[in-house]
Amino acid sequence: MRFQPIDQYSAGLKADTRASVYQSTKSTHEKRTKLLFDQFADPDRLRELAGEIKQHAIENLDTYLPQVEARLKANGAQVHWAGTAESACATVLKIMRDRGATKMVKAKTMVSEEIELAHFLEQHGLEALETDLGEFIVQIDDDHPSHIVRPIIHKNRREIATSFEREGLGAYNDDPGTITRRARHFLRHKYLEADVGLTGANFVSAESGRIVLVTNEGNSRFCLAATKCHIVLVGIEKIVPRDCDLSILLNLLGRSGTAQDLTVYTEFISGPKAPTQPDGPEEMHVIFVDNGRTEVLASDCREILRCIRCGACLNVCPVYRQASGHAYRSVYPGPVGAVLSPLLMKDKFPQKADLPKASSLCGACNEVCPVNIPIPDLLLRLRNRAKEENVPSPGTPPMGAWALMASQPTAWKAALAGGKLLDYVPTKLIPVPALQAWADKRALPTWRGGEFRKWLRQRAK
Amino acid sequence: MLNTERSPITGKRVQLMATCLCDAFYDDVAAATVEVLEHLGVTVVFPEGQTCCGQPAFNGGDWTASRRVVRHTVRTFAGEDPVVVPSGSCAAMMFHGAVLEFEKESDLPEVAALGRRTWELADFIVNGLGVKTWPGSYPATVAFHRACHTRGTASGEAALALLGSIAGLKLAQFGEGEQCCGFGGTFSVSFPNISSAMGDLKLEHMRAANPDVVVSGDMSCMMHLGGLAAKEGKPVKTLHLAQVLRDALKTAKA
Repeated sequence: MRFQPIDQYSAGLKADTRASVYQSTKSTHEKRTKLLFDQFADPDRLRELAGEIKQHAIENLDTYLPQVEARLKANGAQVHWAGTAESACATVLKIMRDRGATKMVKAKTMVSEEIELAHFLEQHGLEALETDLGEFIVQIDDDHPSHIVRPIIHKNRREIATSFEREGLGAYNDDPGTITRRARHFLRHKYLEADVGLTGANFVSAESGRIVLVTNEGNSRFCLAATKCHIVLVGIEKIVPRDCDLSILLNLLGRSGTAQDLTVYTEFISGPKAPTQPDGPEEMHVIFVDNGRTEVLASDCREILRCIRCGACLNVCPVYRQASGHAYRSVYPGPVGAVLSPLLMKDKFPQKADLPKASSLCGACNEVCPVNIPIPDLLLRLRNRAKEENVPSPGTPPMGAWALMASQPTAWKAALAGGKLLDYVPTKLIPVPALQAWADKRALPTWRGGEFRKWLRQRAK
Repeated sequence: MLNTERSPITGKRVQLMATCLCDAFYDDVAAATVEVLEHLGVTVVFPEGQTCCGQPAFNGGDWTASRRVVRHTVRTFAGEDPVVVPSGSCAAMMFHGAVLEFEKESDLPEVAALGRRTWELADFIVNGLGVKTWPGSYPATVAFHRACHTRGTASGEAALALLGSIAGLKLAQFGEGEQCCGFGGTFSVSFPNISSAMGDLKLEHMRAANPDVVVSGDMSCMMHLGGLAAKEGKPVKTLHLAQVLRDALKTAKA
């Protein structure tokens, strides 16, 4: 029997990986909930407000994008527009070549994963080193991130210690403190050798042109302190109208993502080094990446562009917990990824049309989302789109005949009577895949078709 | 999901939407619903032509098929009386899901109107009729599973209030109560591995609390959890909220 790819992936998942993912997501989710409800009278109202701010921003990008471009230029930054992943990569390459730069240190940015920047630069003979500890481990393992905030949630410390030993970073030692110290020691020199520092942006204020970056390791700061050129790679949906909007968004981001009041480092970058400042990058480039976002904005799933990449929906999602991030075959996994990733495929949507199916539609994602994205509704819209585009969906029972029956009371009553067969014929002999998939895992209750109607009639006598 | 725009309740007559699962498997749940409502002085009308709320096709992505069934349901439940359904999931389908799939349809107003007068059973009893406590006794430890489709609605609190007020009934506390049981409609058959793993985890949490019975306002969750437990040879007693309310009533009348 054929089932959905994500279900098959989950069935083959190593017990170790499943345990790592489950423990980490469960604990973060529980801390997040306690923190928000201990500290705020009505966190749900805050989520709704934050959602309204982001919705306003994405629906008025035509106003805010020119505004932010003007502010950034006034602040001394150079602004670039990249319609596609290819054009974003080419822009970074050109900036580096123009400066004669060969080495980049990178802070964590999901957009750079999306456009596969590091591989692109390596193919062009340039070095692009990940400096976020998780991303660094992903890079040395030639792996992929499996979580938006915790790229190596699928790995345990024993696997990491083995990788460090293989890379010559010291004899096997799985003490987390030692692992971190070794990475720090290795990376320190790399910052000093690099020509260019690349970061993402959690928010960009249209009012001031400030780039807001949150990290817990301080690596983005090192990237900026040690290099002369700062490149910011950012999706066009990261704009917020005003600086004061950041108060609510930053309050929600740390708490939702990692159950922290605030991330350890929150940086507000207004531009390149001013003449009066002793150090910092002398050149700053901001690359706004579209890569399918305009199409998302034009679709009936535009709310997904509110996402602030906190990962709370992944942490609470029972499907993500069972499947892990790689099951989603996408840079963005979990509930948000199940909506965003197929949409970003544009006309190749069918390739990822199975992702929106990977949900019991339990709605936990919507309940924790700091910008209140109605993820289940969007998943449903995409399921409908897949059906309209005739994308095959393994395991999903066909509904046409059922709908005919369920709209004709006579046929319905006949089926209620006929279902009695289920009690006598072994399930294996009934060629209905859905029934077999059910019965393989669960006992079927006794058929009582029509009994309630009979009871009602007898009572009426 | 919150069904905020409610038509006010006038009179004491309701239409019962029994649900396809009760029609096919759980006749006693539908019967208990009738008895519970009648105890509250409500006249229960059962529109004979009813079939299903249309949710399986809606969740499966076949909205054309689903709308066909919803249109049939709208015709079947004509009139102004509240529609009461012993399922948070089917109720949410009527006031939320159906509205979503009819967004671009000319008969959206009729569909939305049905949604406004559709109530999940516990919500109807507590918030529709204003009944906050329940008579009789039910000496058992109950693990109450709040079905996911009642998130953001008043149903979960309503059910807990009713159960909590029954003499002798002890509500069991168990881990990760907010997590889904793994049923998810067509999800249960197209993602059987994940679905059953979710259910096993739910059962593990519940069993740790050692309940006498697992109760929910939705038989779909119970069919899945009960079916998993039975298949592994460690059956769990599952009941619908309406059955507990009905059984408690029997002790009050005795």
